[in-house]
Amino acid sequence: MFGKLTWAAIPFDQPIPLFAGAIVGFGILCVLIYVALKGWVPYLWNEWITSVDHKRIGVMYIFLAMVMLVRGFIDALMMRSQQALAYKSPGYLPPEHYDQIFSAHGTLMIFFVAMPFVIGLMNVVVPLQLGARDVAFPTLNSVSLWLTATGALLVNISLVVGEFARTTWLPYPPLSELKYSPGVGVDYYLWSLQISGVGTLLTGVNFVTTILKIHAPGMTYMRMPVFCWTALASNLLIVAAFPILTATLAMLLLDRYLGFHFFTNEAGGNMMMFMNLIWAWGHPEVYILILPAFGVFSEVVSTFSGKPLFGYRSMVAATMAICLISFMVWLHHFFTMGAGADVNAVFGIASMIIAVPTGVKLYNWLFTMYGGRIVYATPMMWSIGFMVTFAIGGLTGVLLAVPPADFVLHNSLFLVAHFHNVIIGGVLFGAFAGYTYWFPKVFGFRLREDLGKAAFWCWFIGFYLAFMPLYVLGLEGMTRRMQHYDVAAWRPWLLIAGVGALVILAGIVLQITQIAVSIRDREQLRDATGDPWNGRSLEWATASPPPAFNFAVLPRVEGGDAYWDIKQRALQGELGEEPAYQAIEMPRNSPTGFICAFFATVMGFSLIWHIWWLVIVGFIGAFATFVVFAWRDRTEYQIPADEVARIDRANRSARRAAFAAMEQPAE
Amino acid sequence: MSTSQGIAGRVDPHHLGHVGQAGLRQPIAEHAARELTSKRIIVGYGFWIFLLSDIVMFSAFFATYAVLSDATAGGPSGRDVFHLDIVAIETACLLLSSFTCGIASIGARAHNNLMYFGSMVVTAAFGAGFLSLEIHEFVGMIAIGAGPERSAFLSAFFTLVGCHGLHVTLGLMWLLTMMAQVFAKGYRPDILRRVLCFSLFWHTLDIIWVAIFTVVYLMGVAR
Repeated sequence: MFGKLTWAAIPFDQPIPLFAGAIVGFGILCVLIYVALKGWVPYLWNEWITSVDHKRIGVMYIFLAMVMLVRGFIDALMMRSQQALAYKSPGYLPPEHYDQIFSAHGTLMIFFVAMPFVIGLMNVVVPLQLGARDVAFPTLNSVSLWLTATGALLVNISLVVGEFARTTWLPYPPLSELKYSPGVGVDYYLWSLQISGVGTLLTGVNFVTTILKIHAPGMTYMRMPVFCWTALASNLLIVAAFPILTATLAMLLLDRYLGFHFFTNEAGGNMMMFMNLIWAWGHPEVYILILPAFGVFSEVVSTFSGKPLFGYRSMVAATMAICLISFMVWLHHFFTMGAGADVNAVFGIASMIIAVPTGVKLYNWLFTMYGGRIVYATPMMWSIGFMVTFAIGGLTGVLLAVPPADFVLHNSLFLVAHFHNVIIGGVLFGAFAGYTYWFPKVFGFRLREDLGKAAFWCWFIGFYLAFMPLYVLGLEGMTRRMQHYDVAAWRPWLLIAGVGALVILAGIVLQITQIAVSIRDREQLRDATGDPWNGRSLEWATASPPPAFNFAVLPRVEGGDAYWDIKQRALQGELGEEPAYQAIEMPRNSPTGFICAFFATVMGFSLIWHIWWLVIVGFIGAFATFVVFAWRDRTEYQIPADEVARIDRANRSARRAAFAAMEQPAE
Repeated sequence: MSTSQGIAGRVDPHHLGHVGQAGLRQPIAEHAARELTSKRIIVGYGFWIFLLSDIVMFSAFFATYAVLSDATAGGPSGRDVFHLDIVAIETACLLLSSFTCGIASIGARAHNNLMYFGSMVVTAAFGAGFLSLEIHEFVGMIAIGAGPERSAFLSAFFTLVGCHGLHVTLGLMWLLTMMAQVFAKGYRPDILRRVLCFSLFWHTLDIIWVAIFTVVYLMGVAR
């Protein structure tokens, strides 16, 4: 009846996961009861869960990412403390638990923190920057969100029902084959990634179509803000790379479920094919994450330097070059495979070449700052912190791209330090820069600057304390994923790294405080103008928070930095007369995404536990949801012209007041 | 904070940026006059992007098959298990179904019930014929001990060809749904867009089958 699922799946003998799961479960229950008692359920259902508005979907993506960041960071703290304690002792985490923790940490941080964070930022910003009313397929967007949430939910269910994979964030066979990992851990990993991967793929399709096909009049490709370009490159990579992940994980699933022989030791299976396939997805994946972050930095640096971006065309060219070359370097993740010196040399050189367009970008940001009036607001602090940190990470990356050096350094903590250096210093700093930069656009009030800067310094210093020692440890020969060790020389460095993790913890606490205090003080932090940073692109042309339809009248774009132009003309008094408002058609909200994800969760869970009848029920449910959705007769609703006029007049009068204030020069 | 600092002083002092230079400031009329893209184009375009991603997935399976096609582990090879005559009939079924699918989309565009429903039924029949032949082939192979557990080659074969078969199955479900939709709702613009996407999907399965026929069956027998 319930397949492999019995009471033995609940780890009653392991206090740590059980206790953690109980606390989280209790917390969720409290939140649900509180929401229900307050009568917020209809509001949440109508305005958020069923929403197809790209801004709200973006907010929910980012919320998911932040919650998962806390979960993934707790894993990190456990690893750091274990390694700090486990000198000539077993520490407090038994090996099988420690292995689950580093696997869950990597899986969560990449798939359920970094991915939703950048996808969330793209959701919030890209349509606004293009001058569009929504993405190309709004309901599909909601499906993507909820499928991603399903994946995150399944990973977290594994904490208390069964176990998670012990096979690292990329489950290399033959260890991940049924013979060596007979439990459900790898199945949890595989099904949650398959389901969330479908969501990500649909996001890619949606955003490629949006960016290439839906613009305000005059928003040609070479006038798009660089964030749109990087989002385009990132989504092209999603469309081209995620199907490879789906195929690869499907093959591993067939090996595990039906006894196929893709990656097994027996019957002609070839495990190195898994490494090749997974990194043919995995290397583009790191650029899927970092390119949007580059876009955020481009926007932030230009805004806070008060200048157009230096070298816009070279920035676009560098973005597309990275997009292309990122598919030609995958083999550098396993130089030790034994492909031979020539093959390794080709991939080593390709890996070094990719540093060239990245360097172009770094110089462009520096030249944008050169001669500008730099405002050291929080987003700019993250950007400058990124430039310093990412340069170091890039240099160690080029070092690892040298095959002979890689033979020495691979699988060591040097590598761990390198990719945390680029992912934290690049993706995460970019995500935080974007979060503070666009927060006032989405919610209409700013985040507290003092707490934001304090959080930045904690993250920045904490990062160096936590990861620079790992470079040293790697050079001293410490391999990654060690549950205990007995080399006295490593101990001090691991203790410093542990302190660094605590400093980062302080940064996270400050960030949580920042948002709580900012919500409390929202009236003082209110931004009435819709343009708090003196921005340059179209998202600042509309109110904060933007109305559901984004723009009452689609803006006419006449050059790069579209809103800057409009603002300049407005300052010269050209924004005079009111446009002729027309009724606007917007897509209706739909529970399709949420219901689909519900059935996907049921299907995923029952596939993990071999409850076959429930799999069929889940599939029929998901298909029926689609058919019901397809049967709708009314897919759009109309916002009448006077309503549009009423909303836009308020925005225009606020803006006129802001322009009047700006006309008195500050200097 | 920054709004209070006058905009006038914050221009590009060294003229390093692209904005403000004459080259990129084209007159508004050229671009602004263009109307916004129609829904039909957006939906078709998006679906093309999706199909490309599907083709990427198939190419991963193709690459795997190419790597593993010699890994027979002492078991049967392609020459032992493939029957080109049956595969030729399968191919004919699928190619003809693509033709009738094309007729169906013309019928839908012309709002011609006989043409649309007639050719959709024929398309479904050809698709079902293809599938039953494929299932027959798979069952026969498993019966003689040439199932996917036998060797890496057979694993790759069943996955690649089976994945295509799964697509045809889903395509058949979609086909029936589209017939029901037109029957219940008529030739509404949104439903015509779905018919367009369905036909793109069906033709893509044909393209993939041509590659399977060549790479798997013809090259497998010639090996």
